[in-house]
Amino acid sequence: MSDFDSLGSSSGDKELQEFLMIEKQKAQVNAQIHEFNEICWDKCIGKPSSKLDSATETCLANCVDRFIDTSLLITQRFAQLLQKNQ
Amino acid sequence: MSGLSNLSSADKGELMEQVKQQIAVANAQELLTKMTEKCFNKCINKPGTSLDSSEQKCISMCMDRFMDSWNLVSRTYGSRLQREQHKM
Repeated sequence: MSDFDSLGSSSGDKELQEFLMIEKQKAQVNAQIHEFNEICWDKCIGKPSSKLDSATETCLANCVDRFIDTSLLITQRFAQLLQKNQ
Repeated sequence: MSGLSNLSSADKGELMEQVKQQIAVANAQELLTKMTEKCFNKCINKPGTSLDSSEQKCISMCMDRFMDSWNLVSRTYGSRLQREQHKM
């Protein structure tokens, strides 16, 4: 991170660096939303109807949160496995 | 990267605007690609010689639901991000 800061000051344009950093973060969040939507669409959506019913809405919201939980859990356990094997 | 330090503020504004636009275009393309794939899978079971009217109706509903889903996922993820940030 300090490399990034020094790059920012040496190129002399803090405003531009900051702008690019924020846009990059926004793009990453957006890419994540596309991915979650794809995964949870496959899990929760049956035949497309005239509106999302409340059960489907609940499924989608739970799907996102449980996917994140799963990802955190697996990351933790994976780190433990790596440590054990060292 | 050092070339960027010589930009006038007008050039810089234009550059920022272009970056934003390119990101928006890429985002729309991603949405379009995913939507086409998902709605084709949902609505076209057995491809016939043309898209019949029930398939077309299914596709337009599917597009609307896909956007609903995208927005809901976006809100859910957004509030999760906020909750996680509070924990730190």
